[in-house]
Amino acid sequence: MLAALRSSVSRTAPTSRQHARSLASSSRRTSPANSQTVVAQPPTVANSSLLRTDRAEALWTPGLRWQDEEQVGVGFPKGRQQDREIKETDLADVEAGGRATEKLNMYQAIRSALQIVMQKDPTSMVFGEDVSFGGVFRCTMGLADQYGSERVFNTPLTEQGIAGFGIGMAAMGHTAVAEMHRPKGGAIDLFSRWDRFADYISVSLTCGPQRLDTPLRLSISNSAKYRFRSGGMFDCGSLTFRSPCSAVGHGGLYHSQSPEAYFLQASGVKIVVPRSPIQAKGLLLGELESARTAYSQHALIRVIAAAIRDPNPVLFLEPKILYRSAIEQVPVSDYELPLGSAEVLQEGKDITIISYGPPLYTIETALHHMRHPSEDLQKLIPQDMRGLSVELIDLRTIVPYDIETVVKSVNKTGRCMIVHEAPSAGSVASELAAEIQQRCFLRLEAPVKRLTGWDTPFGLAYEKFYLPDQIRILDGIIETMRY
Amino acid sequence: MLRTLASKATLTRSARRAFSTTARRTHTPLSALSTTPEFSNSVRQGTIPAFRLLGPDGALTDDAAAQSWVEKAKEVDGDKLKRMLEVMTMMPILDQILYSSQRQGRISFYMTAYGEEGTVVGSAAAWENDDEVFAQYREVGVLLWRGYPLSSLMAQVFSTKNDAATKGRQMPVHYGSREHHFHTISSPLGTQLPQAAGAAYALKRTPGRENSCVVCYAGEGATSEGDFHAALNMASVLGGPLVYVVRLLSLSRGVQNNGFAISTPVSQQYAGDGIAARGPGYGIDTVRVDGNDPLAVYLACKEARRRAVEGQKPVLVEAMTYRVGHHSTSDDSSAYRSPTAVESVKKLDSPLHRLRKYLESLPTPLWSTEHETKVKDTSKRAILKEFSKAEKDKKPPLGYMFGDVFAPRTGDGEASELERPQREQKEELKRLIEKWGETDGWKKELEKFDGGRAAVDKW
Repeated sequence: MLAALRSSVSRTAPTSRQHARSLASSSRRTSPANSQTVVAQPPTVANSSLLRTDRAEALWTPGLRWQDEEQVGVGFPKGRQQDREIKETDLADVEAGGRATEKLNMYQAIRSALQIVMQKDPTSMVFGEDVSFGGVFRCTMGLADQYGSERVFNTPLTEQGIAGFGIGMAAMGHTAVAEMHRPKGGAIDLFSRWDRFADYISVSLTCGPQRLDTPLRLSISNSAKYRFRSGGMFDCGSLTFRSPCSAVGHGGLYHSQSPEAYFLQASGVKIVVPRSPIQAKGLLLGELESARTAYSQHALIRVIAAAIRDPNPVLFLEPKILYRSAIEQVPVSDYELPLGSAEVLQEGKDITIISYGPPLYTIETALHHMRHPSEDLQKLIPQDMRGLSVELIDLRTIVPYDIETVVKSVNKTGRCMIVHEAPSAGSVASELAAEIQQRCFLRLEAPVKRLTGWDTPFGLAYEKFYLPDQIRILDGIIETMRY
Repeated sequence: MLRTLASKATLTRSARRAFSTTARRTHTPLSALSTTPEFSNSVRQGTIPAFRLLGPDGALTDDAAAQSWVEKAKEVDGDKLKRMLEVMTMMPILDQILYSSQRQGRISFYMTAYGEEGTVVGSAAAWENDDEVFAQYREVGVLLWRGYPLSSLMAQVFSTKNDAATKGRQMPVHYGSREHHFHTISSPLGTQLPQAAGAAYALKRTPGRENSCVVCYAGEGATSEGDFHAALNMASVLGGPLVYVVRLLSLSRGVQNNGFAISTPVSQQYAGDGIAARGPGYGIDTVRVDGNDPLAVYLACKEARRRAVEGQKPVLVEAMTYRVGHHSTSDDSSAYRSPTAVESVKKLDSPLHRLRKYLESLPTPLWSTEHETKVKDTSKRAILKEFSKAEKDKKPPLGYMFGDVFAPRTGDGEASELERPQREQKEELKRLIEKWGETDGWKKELEKFDGGRAAVDKW
């Protein structure tokens, strides 16, 4: 255990450097939860300060690294690692040669990432159900026209087939990006109240996780073991499964699931959940242009093979509620964000809250209510909690998760709450809670609180009381603080 | 059934019709019109005949309709046929040695290929050596055909430090070799089928490999998995050079429906006309072949490969054969089928016997009893030599247990290549071994691994 702790300390160093930079750069921003400014309206995804709507903020995203040709060449990193990190010159005006950003929502950011991969990696292919016309969530808009139907194509409606197909492609050294979801009978209706654009018409109720039920789950587990079982001789590291996930307001049993925990035991596949457009693009690129063993003898493939990013199969879960609602300034260039590293969104000293994906925004709202309780809440939120200092962590990568950042934080605060939409039993929260009590036992002043969906299927009419909403989050904080 | 097998010794009309469909269709084919609802299936229409050139006595068919294929058979390179029979002769020897060593507890598991030598070697000979093979687990003949070293084979079976295919991680017979373009076998049935479809699509897009093909083997049991449906449909729709070879463990000579997945007879596996009847439904060129006729298997596979590569599309070959051996060493097949029936098949329908008789009967005989004795002796000696070497070898270093879960970490200055969970758990095992390594339970076990205890200390 000591050895483990020692190693975790050494690994924390680069992460904390990133945080320092993040905090220094974000000093101009109004810190969301600990701010003393009175905000009239509670924040929502639409005006969340977790989103970087300012160009400079976007460029200072923690961990962001450029992957441009002019900087590193395609696949050949020249010079030292730090050359790829953000410099002051990147922040200069675009006219003066600084980096450009563009206002994108999450599906556009994903599209931007795919576009970069298609452009740089001639072996890359994007396929799945209905990706050809642009995808039911618009993530692949225009790609088929640009790169041809051989590289962007529809598949028959068979998830286990898509998964196996992708494994086979990746085993041959090609980059395979498989998308998992399908429209329900092509029904088009008005998007729910969750969408900010009241007049927005979109294909509704489409989703991935219902497609992640067995035997697709088995197929993905199969991809996880590919390298191990062949003694490292074969792998499918250049494979990425993209799948929409989590609740959407009216998704019922099969359009709301968060299946990440199913894969916790399938050692060998990485799992990523982005919370915003910058995250989505950076994390997707971070693992898409992955290193792979050049199986083909063709020189072109060997060139790409030298681009060391992430050489493992990755399950990329995209919270579909955020596809349109989360909007940020996203760097136009090719950049990546590291996998396996959590982001401290807000520093604090009283309690650590760990989450990923959409609940982060709910937590932000809850923290607002804690500071500025409305009349109905005032009698339930104790006075001494109004100024609570909360450390908020976005886990970002579920496998392998960044335990170092978590442990460092909990050792500081002594209290911890983990929030996610998926049910509790055998969940990410359970896994983290167990690790935290092992590593932070002497520092814990309250039991680790798991605030999750209930251990039931996701009932349609009950969504409000199924998900950890702001009330449950407030209660969780109070109970943990009062323990 | 007897009649169809005996008479039509050529690619049949139904198979030809199937061959004419293409992988890339621009429209939905119109069907003929009918004023009455006609319910039909392949069973009612009669069974698809199997392509056969050599009779049970090894004589080439004299069926007039088969002339063009008889000509093709006569043109097959003699050295190739000879080598086929040599590999086929070697297989039962290998099987027998490893099977009985399992019975003696010297290896943990084994699966023989008795009775299927003709299908596996006949097809292997039809591929180019760099065709990508996705196998199930009874296709060691393909590796032997490609010159896979016996030392590597034994290393895998015994999980030694020389086992490059699985580093001691998988059960015996789960071979794999990048050098031989043989993708590592895994136990879950049918998962290789859609993977092969993806590989074929990738191959289609790989410059410089325009003339390569993907080959995917499966037993008939695996065709009941959803993956089979997914794979054939995807391969057909998306294209790519691919030959599916399904070993249909069934014999149509007097013993009806006598194939088995494990104990499940084919009558409980499907009710249609085998697997071949399904191919055309997916728009896939399909042929049924007598799997105990290595010559027919070879020619059908050669033709299937040609169609797959030229059309950049999948082709399905169904080989009717019979699993003469038990399913695996964990199985006693006499519990569900009669040993007498098995014996009669062995005698009547041996692929080895057929090819041997054929080669002996050629104007310039390519085979003789002397040559056979020589092949058997040489094979047996070579196998036993590698067998006893591998048996004495150490297991791989214990540290391999944690490797290759994720790709090795590089470039971030970490001391370990492993991701955190594996790194920490390896350290925990090291601590345990430092403390408990000298106990009876662990000491002896540790000595079996390459480098033993000392290697663990260096972790």
